[in-house]
Amino acid sequence: MNGFAPDPLIAADINAYLAAQQTKNLLRVITCGSVDDGKSTLIGRLLYDSKQIFDDQLSALEADSKRVGTQGQNIDFALLVDGLAAEREQGITIDVAYRFFATDRTKFIIADCPGHEQYTRNMVTGASTADVAIVLIDARKGVLTQTRRHSYLARLIGIRHVVLAVNKMDLIGFDQPKFDAIVAEYRAFAAEIGLADVAAIPISGLGGDNITEPSANTPWYTGLPLLRWLENVEVTADADLARPFRLPVQWVNRPNLDFRGFAGSIASGRIAPGDAVRILPSGRTTTVARIVTLAGDKASAGAGEAVTLTLADEVDCSRGDVISIADAPPQVADQFEATLVWMADEPLLPGRSYLLKLSTQTVTVTVQPPKYQINVNTLEHLAAKTLDLNAIGVVELTTAAPLVFEPYADSRELGGFILIDRISNATVAAGMINFALRRSQNIHLQATDVGRDAHAALKNQKAAVLWLTGLSGAGKSTIANLVEKRLHRMNRHTFLLDGDNVRHGLNKDLGFTDADRIENIRRVGEVAKLMTDAGLIVITAFISPFRAERRMVRDMMAPGEFIEIHIDTPLAEAEARDVKGLYKKARAGQLRNFTGIDSPYEAPEAPEIRIDTTALTADEAAALIVERLIG
Amino acid sequence: MTTHLTHLQRLEAESIHILRETLAEAERPVMLYSIGKDSAVMLHLAKKAFYPAPPPFPLLHVDTTFKFKAMYALREKAARDAGMELLVWQNPEAKAAGINPFDHGSAVHTDLWKTQGLKQALDHYGFDAAFGGARRDEEKSRAKERIFSFRGAGHRWDPKAQRPELWRLYNARHARGESIRVFPISNWTELDIWQYIHQEGIEIVDLYLAAPRPVVDYNGLMIMVDDDRFPLKDLKPSVKSVRFRTLGCYPLSGAVESTATTLPQVIQEMLLTTTSERQGRAIDHDQAASMEKKKQEGYF
Repeated sequence: MNGFAPDPLIAADINAYLAAQQTKNLLRVITCGSVDDGKSTLIGRLLYDSKQIFDDQLSALEADSKRVGTQGQNIDFALLVDGLAAEREQGITIDVAYRFFATDRTKFIIADCPGHEQYTRNMVTGASTADVAIVLIDARKGVLTQTRRHSYLARLIGIRHVVLAVNKMDLIGFDQPKFDAIVAEYRAFAAEIGLADVAAIPISGLGGDNITEPSANTPWYTGLPLLRWLENVEVTADADLARPFRLPVQWVNRPNLDFRGFAGSIASGRIAPGDAVRILPSGRTTTVARIVTLAGDKASAGAGEAVTLTLADEVDCSRGDVISIADAPPQVADQFEATLVWMADEPLLPGRSYLLKLSTQTVTVTVQPPKYQINVNTLEHLAAKTLDLNAIGVVELTTAAPLVFEPYADSRELGGFILIDRISNATVAAGMINFALRRSQNIHLQATDVGRDAHAALKNQKAAVLWLTGLSGAGKSTIANLVEKRLHRMNRHTFLLDGDNVRHGLNKDLGFTDADRIENIRRVGEVAKLMTDAGLIVITAFISPFRAERRMVRDMMAPGEFIEIHIDTPLAEAEARDVKGLYKKARAGQLRNFTGIDSPYEAPEAPEIRIDTTALTADEAAALIVERLIG
Repeated sequence: MTTHLTHLQRLEAESIHILRETLAEAERPVMLYSIGKDSAVMLHLAKKAFYPAPPPFPLLHVDTTFKFKAMYALREKAARDAGMELLVWQNPEAKAAGINPFDHGSAVHTDLWKTQGLKQALDHYGFDAAFGGARRDEEKSRAKERIFSFRGAGHRWDPKAQRPELWRLYNARHARGESIRVFPISNWTELDIWQYIHQEGIEIVDLYLAAPRPVVDYNGLMIMVDDDRFPLKDLKPSVKSVRFRTLGCYPLSGAVESTATTLPQVIQEMLLTTTSERQGRAIDHDQAASMEKKKQEGYF
């Protein structure tokens, strides 16, 4: 087997060669296929044929092939790319790996994605930056469930170009009718999921057929070999050039008082000094003054470039804002329908607040229970209450602040987002905005003349939420009641929201699963917020076991208004008291999801007030809380 | 297919995006600067990303005291030219114990000066994000590393617990005590680096170009005798025309015989060569899967 001979120009005239290299393109490719379809072998072959493998690597590879390879005495190209030691032992690829090779015309970045079931998230990750997908099929096996899944994911993530590489043609004797049958079956499926343009190439990764050169074994195939086909694919960023100008602001550059530049990467379109632009979400307009670079000002810039702009007027603009061409701005909304790919071991908790990062904007968000989950093998819509690792579902979500966005179908940059867990900081989901819900476009906050401060002033007090949290039987309701009595005697306008009482009315449709507990707290938070708007001092007594939800409620309130009070009673003590007999039932297995027994309680890390009920009586605790509030 | 940006322009734009995103999201970033060609490119990209401001973070050199003299000279100049603060960290324990590659071997030397030194320096200054010039094409386990690579307490890397990286969205959030290593030039290859240095006229240590230098055969590598700490014993240096493909500690960096005295000639030799870049480094030969293991222990 011989690799590419180096370009003769390298030896003859290196300067001419380097000049020619300046026009090289960059293409990002994802390879997907089932286990044993020969992905790693194909990539190894591409590296080998484009001379990216050196003699020392080749001799190491030959030695490894004989020791642990699966190709007998032949070179096992898969060993070139199965990097991590754990993978070598298990003989599988467990994560996205990035490979590089180049031809004279194009530099390729290949995301090598694992084929087995439990790693949908890796494929979505690798596909998110890809211009083109190579879907591999084992010619002996034809279109498999996994082929369908990978193709669906490629479509979901918006890859414009798909090439079906029917591999291991050598093992079916380069049989054209078999190839045609596979391609026909695949094209039918592709049309069903909306993949319009699919090329198909018969190859052998092992033998190198139709990889770089047309193969003598397939005289009936008249198309381009794989590598040549790839060289002719249009890059996504070039397609984005034709769309309206958008620049998400990453960073404001202010080295001195005389310079204020807005740095970011152009998501789409072109821009030149003098163009009228609009800043979103504020909607203010101005014109572009300069495009500043280290090598001097530029006359224009386009999609894919990282730039620094200065504006003609002093307008408010900071990280997270989007600079748009003035006459075609993107939408702004706070409620969306989106498709989520869940990527964490811990499932989606509807109602919990997560962080959403879209382009350079980060906001808090809550997700409604899924409208449906998608079975990626059959494309069926399934009812679902949550999304588990690798599940894909359609959800509605509400952000705490308006987002500047575009539907994902129009813009990966302004339509794709990730969800981040607020406690662990893990990336738990990838999302794609389908559209904004009409309600958020039509419902605007009504400005009222008598504001929240006016309400509180009339009552001669400052609104506040005294949020009592703790185990069942800790003494929350008792203390809350005593606090309200004391405040009432002091002519304060109060209202007590008690967990059990709310569950008899407003929240009687909710149970005690994690998701229902979160919704319970969300509703109580919203009610408490309305009451603080009315100027009241709200006292709440809820177990509220999760930090994330208490934080969500805290974020709803004005700064300083939320006072978290941990009624701290050891579990043994609360269980010994067992005023309502609930612990006994839970221990007997008659009550499920009981906090402290089979459902966790996450104690506050830094509550404003901590009440140790083993040291204070209920009355002393109430006195302490009132003193801290009134001062 | 013609395109409005060349592959180097796209790589440059991606790197600048990463540098800016880190600055916007991290509390206290720093750029690790090793004076090699990859560091030189990363520093140049930082100048571009934040122009007209100087890059708004310091440079950190985790020094082993065994770099080439020419590297120390360029280190000071490069920081000065960029208008950046230069921090130099030498592991005090390695210094007290007199750790050196001749008596202690490359593994101990590298672990104490570089791996432990880096952790000490990051902890000492409280940096939560550190830019590094690693590239995915260098070595197999690097190919799987994210651009934002999370390190738990103790700077450990867990290849199975990395965050998915989608689109250009990088999640830089972390708890106290955790940190991020950020690799802005992950997607560059050795050839991209050389072409870019050539195209942009970036200053690099002249050790990358061939010149007559005194070398000896030491542990199978052609080592340049850069100072009198080298235990020559009965070895006699001979002067040969050599250059270096990678630069680290001089006793651990193997030279290659070469007549390439200009950058285009170096690129020409590289394109026609038949051995990979890291072969000149002693550290990879020590054990199988050595880089992956070192990374889990906190090596860059």
